[in-house]
Amino acid sequence: MAKSDQAGSADDQPTPQGGDLVRRHHLLTRLWHWLNAVVVTVMLMSGLMIFNAHPRLYWGQYGANFDHAWLDLSGGDGVPFPGWITIPAKYSLADARLWHFAFAWILVVAITGFLLWSLISGHLKRDLAPRPAELAPSHVWQEIKAHARLRFPTGKAALRYNILQKLAYGGVLFVLLPGVILTGLTMSPGMNAALPWLVDIFGGRQSARSLHFLCTFALVAFFFIHIAMVLLAGPINELRSILTGWYRLPREREEPIP
Amino acid sequence: MISRRKLIGLGATGAGGLLLGGCDRLNGSPAFRDVLKGATGLNQRTQRLLMGDGLAKEFSAADISPVFKVNGSRAVAEPAYQAQLARGFADWALRIDGLVQQPLLLPLTALKSLPQRVQITRHDCVEGWSAIGKWQGPQLGAVLAQAGLLPNAKYAVFHCADKLGGVPYYESIDLVDAFHPQTILAWALNGTPLTQPHGAPIRLRVERQLGYKHAKFVTRIELRETLAGLYGGSGGYWEDASDYQWYAGI
Repeated sequence: MAKSDQAGSADDQPTPQGGDLVRRHHLLTRLWHWLNAVVVTVMLMSGLMIFNAHPRLYWGQYGANFDHAWLDLSGGDGVPFPGWITIPAKYSLADARLWHFAFAWILVVAITGFLLWSLISGHLKRDLAPRPAELAPSHVWQEIKAHARLRFPTGKAALRYNILQKLAYGGVLFVLLPGVILTGLTMSPGMNAALPWLVDIFGGRQSARSLHFLCTFALVAFFFIHIAMVLLAGPINELRSILTGWYRLPREREEPIP
Repeated sequence: MISRRKLIGLGATGAGGLLLGGCDRLNGSPAFRDVLKGATGLNQRTQRLLMGDGLAKEFSAADISPVFKVNGSRAVAEPAYQAQLARGFADWALRIDGLVQQPLLLPLTALKSLPQRVQITRHDCVEGWSAIGKWQGPQLGAVLAQAGLLPNAKYAVFHCADKLGGVPYYESIDLVDAFHPQTILAWALNGTPLTQPHGAPIRLRVERQLGYKHAKFVTRIELRETLAGLYGGSGGYWEDASDYQWYAGI
Protein backbone atom coordinates (compact mmCIF):
# COMPACT_ATOMS: atom_id res chain seq x y z
CA MET A 1 0.00 0.00 0.00
CA ALA A 2 1.50 3.33 -1.04
CA LYS A 3 1.81 5.86 1.67
CA SER A 4 1.59 9.40 0.37
CA ASP A 5 3.12 12.53 1.88
CA GLN A 6 1.26 15.17 3.89
CA ALA A 7 -2.04 15.83 2.20
CA GLY A 8 -1.66 17.91 -0.93
CA SER A 9 1.87 19.09 -0.17
CA ALA A 10 3.94 17.17 -2.71
CA ASP A 11 3.21 17.78 -6.37
CA ASP A 12 5.85 15.39 -7.70
CA GLN A 13 4.20 12.38 -6.10
CA PRO A 14 1.27 10.57 -7.58
CA THR A 15 -2.07 11.84 -6.30
CA PRO A 16 -3.37 9.49 -3.61
CA GLN A 17 -6.35 7.39 -4.58
CA GLY A 18 -9.22 6.04 -2.54
CA GLY A 19 -7.91 3.21 -0.39
CA ASP A 20 -4.46 4.79 0.13
CA LEU A 21 -3.13 5.57 3.59
CA VAL A 22 -2.28 9.26 3.86
CA ARG A 23 -0.84 11.45 6.60
CA ARG A 24 -3.89 13.29 7.87
CA HIS A 25 -3.16 14.96 11.22
CA HIS A 26 0.11 16.50 12.43
CA LEU A 27 1.43 15.27 15.78
CA LEU A 28 0.69 18.65 17.38
CA THR A 29 -2.90 18.59 16.09
CA ARG A 30 -3.37 15.16 17.64
CA LEU A 31 -1.76 16.13 20.96
CA TRP A 32 -3.84 19.30 21.22
CA HIS A 33 -7.03 17.45 20.23
CA TRP A 34 -6.75 14.92 23.03
CA LEU A 35 -5.45 17.32 25.67
CA ASN A 36 -8.28 19.70 24.79
CA ALA A 37 -10.84 16.88 24.88
CA VAL A 38 -9.85 16.00 28.45
CA VAL A 39 -9.60 19.60 29.64
CA VAL A 40 -12.90 20.71 28.07
CA THR A 41 -14.62 17.72 29.68
CA VAL A 42 -13.26 18.67 33.10
CA MET A 43 -14.22 22.31 32.52
CA LEU A 44 -17.75 21.31 31.49
CA MET A 45 -18.33 18.99 34.45
CA SER A 46 -16.85 21.34 37.05
CA GLY A 47 -18.67 24.23 35.38
CA LEU A 48 -22.03 22.47 35.68
CA MET A 49 -21.35 22.10 39.42
CA ILE A 50 -20.59 25.83 39.66
CA PHE A 51 -23.81 26.57 37.75
CA ASN A 52 -25.70 24.41 40.27
CA ALA A 53 -24.79 26.96 42.98
CA HIS A 54 -26.99 29.57 41.28
CA PRO A 55 -28.93 28.01 38.41
CA ARG A 56 -30.34 31.25 37.02
CA LEU A 57 -29.07 33.36 34.10
CA TYR A 58 -29.58 37.06 33.49
CA TRP A 59 -28.78 39.76 30.95
CA GLY A 60 -27.01 42.95 32.00
CA GLN A 61 -24.62 44.11 34.71
CA TYR A 62 -26.37 42.60 37.72
CA GLY A 63 -28.77 39.76 38.45
CA ALA A 64 -29.87 37.93 41.59
CA ASN A 65 -32.95 36.18 42.87
CA PHE A 66 -35.25 39.23 42.76
CA ASP A 67 -34.23 40.16 39.21
CA HIS A 68 -35.65 38.78 35.97
CA ALA A 69 -33.85 35.61 34.84
CA TRP A 70 -34.06 34.51 31.19
CA LEU A 71 -33.23 30.98 32.27
CA ASP A 72 -34.24 29.59 35.64
CA LEU A 73 -33.48 25.95 36.44
CA SER A 74 -33.85 26.37 40.19
CA GLY A 75 -37.41 25.05 40.32
CA GLY A 76 -37.03 21.31 40.96
CA ASP A 77 -35.85 19.31 43.95
CA GLY A 78 -32.13 19.61 44.49
CA VAL A 79 -29.76 20.87 41.81
CA PRO A 80 -30.41 20.88 38.05
CA PHE A 81 -27.27 18.95 37.02
CA PRO A 82 -26.97 15.55 38.72
CA GLY A 83 -23.81 14.09 40.24
CA TRP A 84 -22.95 11.78 37.34
CA ILE A 85 -22.23 14.77 35.13
CA THR A 86 -20.51 17.07 37.64
CA ILE A 87 -17.05 17.30 39.22
CA PRO A 88 -17.10 16.48 42.03
CA ALA A 89 -20.16 14.21 42.05
CA LYS A 90 -21.27 15.41 45.50
CA TYR A 91 -22.26 19.09 45.75
CA SER A 92 -19.23 21.27 46.41
CA LEU A 93 -18.93 24.70 44.85
CA ALA A 94 -15.51 25.11 46.48
CA ASP A 95 -14.07 21.92 44.98
CA ALA A 96 -15.55 22.59 41.53
CA ARG A 97 -13.88 26.01 41.59
CA LEU A 98 -10.52 24.46 42.44
CA TRP A 99 -10.81 22.18 39.38
CA HIS A 100 -12.23 24.85 37.08
CA PHE A 101 -9.58 27.49 37.78
CA ALA A 102 -6.66 25.04 37.61
CA PHE A 103 -7.71 23.36 34.34
CA ALA A 104 -8.55 26.78 32.85
CA TRP A 105 -4.81 27.43 32.68
CA ILE A 106 -4.23 24.26 30.64
CA LEU A 107 -7.12 25.18 28.33
CA VAL A 108 -5.76 28.67 27.71
CA VAL A 109 -2.11 27.68 27.31
CA ALA A 110 -3.00 24.76 25.02
CA ILE A 111 -5.25 26.67 22.63
CA THR A 112 -2.92 29.68 22.54
CA GLY A 113 -0.01 27.40 21.65
CA PHE A 114 -2.05 25.47 19.10
CA LEU A 115 -3.36 28.60 17.38
CA LEU A 116 0.12 30.13 17.22
CA TRP A 117 1.56 26.92 15.76
CA SER A 118 -1.34 26.69 13.29
CA LEU A 119 -0.67 30.22 12.13
CA ILE A 120 3.11 29.86 11.84
CA SER A 121 3.16 26.37 10.33
CA GLY A 122 0.55 27.23 7.71
CA HIS A 123 -1.94 24.67 9.07
CA LEU A 124 -4.46 27.47 9.42
CA LYS A 125 -4.11 28.80 5.89
CA ARG A 126 -3.63 25.43 4.19
CA ASP A 127 -6.18 23.26 5.99
CA LEU A 128 -8.65 25.38 7.96
CA ALA A 129 -9.25 28.65 6.10
CA PRO A 130 -12.23 28.35 3.73
CA ARG A 131 -11.45 29.22 0.11
CA PRO A 132 -13.76 31.84 -1.47
CA ALA A 133 -15.29 29.26 -3.84
CA GLU A 134 -16.10 26.98 -0.90
CA LEU A 135 -18.03 29.77 0.78
CA ALA A 136 -20.37 30.23 -2.16
CA PRO A 137 -23.88 29.51 -0.87
CA SER A 138 -24.47 26.97 -3.65
CA HIS A 139 -21.35 25.02 -2.65
CA VAL A 140 -22.25 25.10 1.06
CA TRP A 141 -25.76 23.92 0.19
CA GLN A 142 -24.36 21.08 -1.93
CA GLU A 143 -22.24 19.95 1.03
CA ILE A 144 -25.17 20.15 3.44
CA LYS A 145 -27.28 18.01 1.07
CA ALA A 146 -24.45 15.50 0.62
CA HIS A 147 -23.92 15.25 4.40
CA ALA A 148 -27.64 14.85 4.99
CA ARG A 149 -27.58 11.88 2.59
CA LEU A 150 -24.46 10.62 4.41
CA ARG A 151 -22.46 10.87 1.17
CA PHE A 152 -19.11 12.02 2.55
CA PRO A 153 -16.20 13.01 0.31
CA THR A 154 -14.15 10.11 -1.08
CA GLY A 155 -10.78 9.65 -2.79
CA LYS A 156 -8.85 12.84 -3.52
CA ALA A 157 -11.67 15.06 -2.23
CA ALA A 158 -11.30 13.49 1.24
CA LEU A 159 -7.70 14.74 1.50
CA ARG A 160 -8.98 18.12 2.64
CA TYR A 161 -11.53 19.22 5.17
CA ASN A 162 -14.82 20.01 3.47
CA ILE A 163 -16.44 23.39 4.03
CA LEU A 164 -18.74 22.15 6.79
CA GLN A 165 -15.75 20.76 8.68
CA LYS A 166 -13.82 24.00 8.19
CA LEU A 167 -16.73 26.05 9.50
CA ALA A 168 -17.29 23.73 12.47
CA TYR A 169 -13.59 23.50 13.45
CA GLY A 170 -13.08 27.21 12.80
CA GLY A 171 -16.14 28.02 14.90
CA VAL A 172 -14.75 25.99 17.80
CA LEU A 173 -11.20 27.35 17.48
CA PHE A 174 -12.00 31.01 16.85
CA VAL A 175 -15.43 31.63 18.35
CA LEU A 176 -16.50 29.11 20.98
CA LEU A 177 -13.23 28.36 22.80
CA PRO A 178 -12.02 32.00 22.82
CA GLY A 179 -15.58 33.03 23.70
CA VAL A 180 -15.83 30.69 26.64
CA ILE A 181 -12.37 31.76 27.88
CA LEU A 182 -12.99 35.52 27.57
CA THR A 183 -16.46 35.42 29.12
CA GLY A 184 -14.96 33.29 31.89
CA LEU A 185 -12.25 35.88 32.56
CA THR A 186 -14.93 38.58 32.55
CA MET A 187 -16.70 36.99 35.50
CA SER A 188 -13.62 37.60 37.66
CA PRO A 189 -13.77 40.85 39.67
CA GLY A 190 -9.97 40.96 39.60
CA MET A 191 -9.90 40.75 35.80
CA ASN A 192 -12.62 43.43 35.64
CA ALA A 193 -10.23 45.78 37.44
CA ALA A 194 -7.40 44.74 35.11
CA LEU A 195 -9.34 44.86 31.81
CA PRO A 196 -12.48 46.95 32.42
CA TRP A 197 -13.33 47.12 28.69
CA LEU A 198 -13.70 43.36 28.42
CA VAL A 199 -16.81 43.19 30.59
CA ASP A 200 -18.32 46.06 28.59
CA ILE A 201 -17.83 44.16 25.30
CA PHE A 202 -20.07 41.40 26.63
CA GLY A 203 -22.65 43.82 28.03
CA GLY A 204 -21.95 43.34 31.72
CA ARG A 205 -20.98 40.53 34.06
CA GLN A 206 -24.31 38.72 34.09
CA SER A 207 -24.51 38.88 30.28
CA ALA A 208 -20.99 37.43 30.19
CA ARG A 209 -22.12 34.64 32.50
CA SER A 210 -25.05 33.89 30.19
CA LEU A 211 -22.77 33.89 27.13
CA HIS A 212 -20.32 31.61 28.98
CA PHE A 213 -23.16 29.12 29.42
CA LEU A 214 -24.35 29.48 25.80
CA CYS A 215 -20.81 28.99 24.43
CA THR A 216 -20.54 25.88 26.61
CA PHE A 217 -23.73 24.42 25.21
CA ALA A 218 -22.65 25.20 21.67
CA LEU A 219 -19.46 23.23 22.46
CA VAL A 220 -21.56 20.36 23.79
CA ALA A 221 -23.64 20.45 20.59
CA PHE A 222 -20.42 20.40 18.55
CA PHE A 223 -19.24 17.39 20.58
CA PHE A 224 -22.36 15.35 19.80
CA ILE A 225 -22.31 16.22 16.08
CA HIS A 226 -18.56 15.53 15.98
CA ILE A 227 -19.00 12.07 17.56
CA ALA A 228 -21.95 11.31 15.26
CA MET A 229 -19.89 12.23 12.18
CA VAL A 230 -16.96 10.10 13.38
CA LEU A 231 -19.28 7.12 13.81
CA LEU A 232 -20.96 7.66 10.44
CA ALA A 233 -17.73 8.30 8.54
CA GLY A 234 -16.04 5.14 9.85
CA PRO A 235 -14.96 5.20 13.48
CA ILE A 236 -11.90 2.94 13.13
CA ASN A 237 -10.37 4.97 10.31
CA GLU A 238 -11.21 8.29 11.99
CA LEU A 239 -9.83 7.18 15.36
CA ARG A 240 -6.66 5.85 13.70
CA SER A 241 -6.11 9.19 12.01
CA ILE A 242 -6.52 11.27 15.20
CA LEU A 243 -4.37 8.78 17.17
CA THR A 244 -1.61 7.89 14.68
CA GLY A 245 -2.06 10.56 12.02
CA TRP A 246 -2.65 7.97 9.24
CA TYR A 247 -5.97 8.04 7.44
CA ARG A 248 -7.22 5.70 4.74
CA LEU A 249 -8.85 7.66 1.97
CA PRO A 250 -12.39 6.39 1.41
CA ARG A 251 -12.71 4.63 -1.95
CA GLU A 252 -14.38 6.53 -4.77
CA ARG A 253 -18.02 5.65 -5.23
CA GLU A 254 -19.04 4.07 -8.51
CA GLU A 255 -21.06 6.98 -9.83
CA PRO A 256 -23.70 6.09 -12.38
CA ILE A 257 -22.72 7.59 -15.75
CA PRO A 258 -25.27 10.26 -16.57
CA MET B 1 -18.60 -11.73 17.67
CA ILE B 2 -18.76 -8.21 18.95
CA SER B 3 -19.33 -5.49 16.37
CA ARG B 4 -16.98 -2.55 15.98
CA ARG B 5 -19.69 -0.13 16.88
CA LYS B 6 -20.55 -2.05 20.03
CA LEU B 7 -16.87 -2.18 20.95
CA ILE B 8 -16.53 1.57 20.59
CA GLY B 9 -19.73 2.10 22.55
CA LEU B 10 -18.38 -0.09 25.33
CA GLY B 11 -15.07 1.73 25.22
CA ALA B 12 -16.76 5.12 25.49
CA THR B 13 -18.90 3.98 28.42
CA GLY B 14 -15.84 2.54 30.13
CA ALA B 15 -13.82 5.69 29.56
CA GLY B 16 -16.70 7.81 30.87
CA GLY B 17 -16.98 5.66 33.98
CA LEU B 18 -13.23 5.79 34.55
CA LEU B 19 -13.26 9.55 34.12
CA LEU B 20 -16.08 10.03 36.61
CA GLY B 21 -14.76 7.62 39.22
CA GLY B 22 -11.23 8.85 38.60
CA CYS B 23 -12.16 12.49 39.09
CA ASP B 24 -13.86 11.80 42.38
CA ARG B 25 -10.88 9.75 43.59
CA LEU B 26 -8.55 12.57 42.54
CA ASN B 27 -10.82 15.08 44.25
CA GLY B 28 -10.27 13.19 47.51
CA SER B 29 -6.51 12.97 47.13
CA PRO B 30 -4.67 15.58 49.25
CA ALA B 31 -1.70 15.61 46.84
CA PHE B 32 -3.93 16.28 43.83
CA ARG B 33 -5.87 18.96 45.72
CA ASP B 34 -2.56 20.68 46.48
CA VAL B 35 -1.82 20.75 42.74
CA LEU B 36 -5.26 22.29 42.06
CA LYS B 37 -4.76 24.80 44.86
CA GLY B 38 -1.41 25.74 43.35
CA ALA B 39 -3.36 27.46 40.58
CA THR B 40 -4.83 29.85 43.17
CA GLY B 41 -1.41 31.34 43.87
CA LEU B 42 -0.81 31.60 40.13
CA ASN B 43 -4.16 33.36 39.69
CA GLN B 44 -3.35 35.81 42.48
CA ARG B 45 0.10 36.68 41.12
CA THR B 46 -1.19 37.01 37.55
CA GLN B 47 -4.15 39.18 38.50
CA ARG B 48 -2.10 41.42 40.78
CA LEU B 49 0.41 41.88 37.97
CA LEU B 50 -2.32 42.73 35.44
CA MET B 51 -4.47 44.99 37.59
CA GLY B 52 -1.84 46.91 39.59
CA ASP B 53 -3.75 49.66 41.40
CA GLY B 54 -6.67 49.32 38.97
CA LEU B 55 -10.12 50.16 40.28
CA ALA B 56 -13.25 48.06 40.25
CA LYS B 57 -15.81 49.53 37.87
CA GLU B 58 -18.07 52.14 39.44
CA PHE B 59 -21.61 52.56 38.19
CA SER B 60 -24.22 55.29 38.05
CA ALA B 61 -27.25 55.54 40.32
CA ALA B 62 -29.39 54.23 37.45
CA ASP B 63 -27.53 50.89 37.58
CA ILE B 64 -28.34 50.10 41.23
CA SER B 65 -30.13 46.77 41.81
CA PRO B 66 -33.75 47.26 42.89
CA VAL B 67 -33.18 44.71 45.66
CA PHE B 68 -29.71 44.02 47.04
CA LYS B 69 -29.73 40.32 47.81
CA VAL B 70 -28.81 39.28 51.35
CA ASN B 71 -26.65 36.20 51.74
CA GLY B 72 -24.75 34.50 54.56
CA SER B 73 -25.76 35.53 58.08
CA ARG B 74 -28.94 37.59 58.14
CA ALA B 75 -28.89 38.24 61.85
CA VAL B 76 -26.70 38.00 64.94
CA ALA B 77 -28.21 36.02 67.79
CA GLU B 78 -26.04 37.40 70.64
CA PRO B 79 -28.11 39.53 73.08
CA ALA B 80 -25.23 42.03 73.38
CA TYR B 81 -25.39 42.67 69.62
CA GLN B 82 -29.19 42.97 69.70
CA ALA B 83 -28.91 45.52 72.51
CA GLN B 84 -26.39 47.56 70.45
CA LEU B 85 -28.68 47.35 67.42
CA ALA B 86 -31.62 48.63 69.49
CA ARG B 87 -29.53 51.61 70.65
CA GLY B 88 -28.41 52.41 67.11
CA PHE B 89 -24.84 51.33 67.98
CA ALA B 90 -24.52 54.52 70.05
CA ASP B 91 -21.95 53.01 72.42
CA TRP B 92 -20.46 50.53 69.98
CA ALA B 93 -16.81 50.78 68.98
CA LEU B 94 -14.63 49.10 66.39
CA ARG B 95 -11.43 47.72 67.89
CA ILE B 96 -8.19 47.93 65.90
CA ASP B 97 -5.41 45.90 67.48
CA GLY B 98 -2.65 43.37 66.92
CA LEU B 99 0.51 44.57 65.14
CA VAL B 100 -0.24 48.28 65.44
CA GLN B 101 1.58 51.12 67.18
CA GLN B 102 -1.59 52.40 68.82
CA PRO B 103 -4.58 50.12 69.38
CA LEU B 104 -7.81 52.02 68.77
CA LEU B 105 -11.45 51.90 69.79
CA LEU B 106 -13.37 53.80 67.12
CA PRO B 107 -17.03 54.61 67.73
CA LEU B 108 -19.35 54.78 64.74
CA THR B 109 -19.30 58.59 64.97
CA ALA B 110 -15.50 58.54 64.57
CA LEU B 111 -15.79 56.39 61.45
CA LYS B 112 -18.43 58.73 60.05
CA SER B 113 -16.32 61.82 60.72
CA LEU B 114 -13.33 60.53 58.74
CA PRO B 115 -13.20 61.49 55.03
CA GLN B 116 -15.89 59.42 53.34
CA ARG B 117 -15.80 57.47 50.10
CA VAL B 118 -19.03 56.81 48.25
CA GLN B 119 -18.90 54.14 45.54
CA ILE B 120 -21.52 52.40 43.42
CA THR B 121 -20.04 48.98 42.81
CA ARG B 122 -21.04 45.49 41.78
CA HIS B 123 -21.03 42.79 44.42
CA ASP B 124 -20.21 39.39 42.90
CA CYS B 125 -21.14 36.36 44.92
CA VAL B 126 -19.07 33.20 44.57
CA GLU B 127 -22.34 31.48 43.65
CA GLY B 128 -22.62 33.51 40.47
CA TRP B 129 -25.14 36.30 41.11
CA SER B 130 -24.35 40.02 41.19
CA ALA B 131 -25.98 43.04 42.83
CA ILE B 132 -25.10 46.72 42.44
CA GLY B 133 -25.27 49.04 45.42
CA LYS B 134 -24.00 52.40 46.69
CA TRP B 135 -21.66 52.05 49.65
CA GLN B 136 -20.34 54.74 51.95
CA GLY B 137 -17.64 54.75 54.59
CA PRO B 138 -14.06 55.70 55.43
CA GLN B 139 -11.19 54.08 53.57
CA LEU B 140 -9.67 51.23 55.55
CA GLY B 141 -6.23 52.63 54.70
CA ALA B 142 -7.01 55.85 56.58
CA VAL B 143 -8.21 53.92 59.63
CA LEU B 144 -5.12 51.71 59.62
CA ALA B 145 -2.86 54.76 59.19
CA GLN B 146 -4.42 56.22 62.31
CA ALA B 147 -3.43 53.13 64.29
CA GLY B 148 0.00 52.94 62.62
CA LEU B 149 1.11 49.50 61.43
CA LEU B 150 4.14 47.75 62.85
CA PRO B 151 6.67 46.68 60.19
CA ASN B 152 5.78 42.98 60.48
CA ALA B 153 2.03 43.48 59.92
CA LYS B 154 1.05 41.63 56.73
CA TYR B 155 -2.66 40.86 57.05
CA ALA B 156 -5.75 42.63 58.28
CA VAL B 157 -8.16 40.14 59.91
CA PHE B 158 -11.81 41.09 60.26
CA HIS B 159 -13.51 39.52 63.28
CA CYS B 160 -17.29 39.52 63.01
CA ALA B 161 -20.20 39.36 65.42
CA ASP B 162 -22.05 36.68 63.45
CA LYS B 163 -21.65 32.93 63.64
CA LEU B 164 -22.40 30.31 61.01
CA GLY B 165 -23.14 26.88 62.44
CA GLY B 166 -21.81 28.06 65.79
CA VAL B 167 -18.43 29.16 64.34
CA PRO B 168 -17.52 32.87 64.33
CA TYR B 169 -17.25 34.44 60.88
CA TYR B 170 -13.97 36.10 60.02
CA GLU B 171 -12.08 37.13 56.93
CA SER B 172 -8.67 38.50 56.05
CA ILE B 173 -6.96 40.49 53.30
CA ASP B 174 -3.36 41.49 52.74
CA LEU B 175 -2.06 45.04 52.77
CA VAL B 176 -2.32 45.40 48.97
CA ASP B 177 -6.09 45.22 49.26
CA ALA B 178 -6.23 46.86 52.70
CA PHE B 179 -4.72 50.07 51.28
CA HIS B 180 -6.59 49.96 47.94
CA PRO B 181 -8.61 53.19 47.57
CA GLN B 182 -11.92 51.31 47.14
CA THR B 183 -11.46 49.22 50.28
CA ILE B 184 -13.79 50.90 52.77
CA LEU B 185 -15.55 50.19 56.05
CA ALA B 186 -19.08 50.76 54.80
CA TRP B 187 -21.74 51.90 57.27
CA ALA B 188 -24.36 52.87 54.64
CA LEU B 189 -25.92 51.08 51.67
CA ASN B 190 -27.89 53.10 49.12
CA GLY B 191 -27.91 56.12 51.39
CA THR B 192 -29.20 54.53 54.59
CA PRO B 193 -27.29 53.03 57.54
CA LEU B 194 -26.73 49.28 57.15
CA THR B 195 -29.60 47.15 58.34
CA GLN B 196 -28.98 43.97 60.28
CA PRO B 197 -29.21 41.64 57.25
CA HIS B 198 -26.57 43.74 55.44
CA GLY B 199 -24.13 43.54 58.36
CA ALA B 200 -24.83 46.51 60.63
CA PRO B 201 -23.05 48.52 61.74
CA ILE B 202 -20.00 47.93 59.50
CA ARG B 203 -19.32 45.82 56.44
CA LEU B 204 -15.96 45.57 54.73
CA ARG B 205 -15.95 46.38 50.99
CA VAL B 206 -12.99 44.89 49.12
CA GLU B 207 -14.27 45.48 45.62
CA ARG B 208 -11.85 43.45 43.54
CA GLN B 209 -12.74 40.20 45.30
CA LEU B 210 -15.84 38.01 45.68
CA GLY B 211 -18.62 38.55 48.20
CA TYR B 212 -17.50 36.19 50.95
CA LYS B 213 -14.42 38.40 51.51
CA HIS B 214 -16.73 41.36 52.34
CA ALA B 215 -17.12 40.58 56.05
CA LYS B 216 -20.33 41.82 57.67
CA PHE B 217 -20.91 42.75 61.36
CA VAL B 218 -17.20 43.67 61.74
CA THR B 219 -16.32 44.28 65.39
CA ARG B 220 -12.54 44.07 65.42
CA ILE B 221 -9.68 44.43 62.93
CA GLU B 222 -6.58 42.55 63.96
CA LEU B 223 -3.25 43.13 62.21
CA ARG B 224 -1.20 39.95 61.96
CA GLU B 225 2.02 38.70 60.44
CA THR B 226 0.58 35.30 59.54
CA LEU B 227 -2.83 33.68 59.22
CA ALA B 228 -1.53 30.44 60.73
CA GLY B 229 -2.77 29.74 64.22
CA LEU B 230 -6.04 31.63 63.73
CA TYR B 231 -9.10 29.33 63.64
CA GLY B 232 -8.42 26.83 60.80
CA GLY B 233 -5.43 28.82 59.60
CA SER B 234 -6.71 29.47 56.08
CA GLY B 235 -7.63 33.10 56.69
CA GLY B 236 -11.42 33.01 56.58
CA TYR B 237 -14.56 31.19 57.63
CA TRP B 238 -15.24 29.67 54.19
CA GLU B 239 -11.56 29.12 53.50
CA ASP B 240 -11.41 26.99 56.67
CA ALA B 241 -14.80 25.33 56.19
CA SER B 242 -14.57 24.21 52.58
CA ASP B 243 -11.42 25.23 50.72
CA TYR B 244 -12.76 28.42 49.21
CA GLN B 245 -9.81 30.35 47.80
CA TRP B 246 -8.28 32.89 50.20
CA TYR B 247 -7.57 35.10 47.18
CA ALA B 248 -11.04 35.53 45.69
CA GLY B 249 -10.30 37.67 42.65
CA ILE B 250 -11.89 35.04 40.42
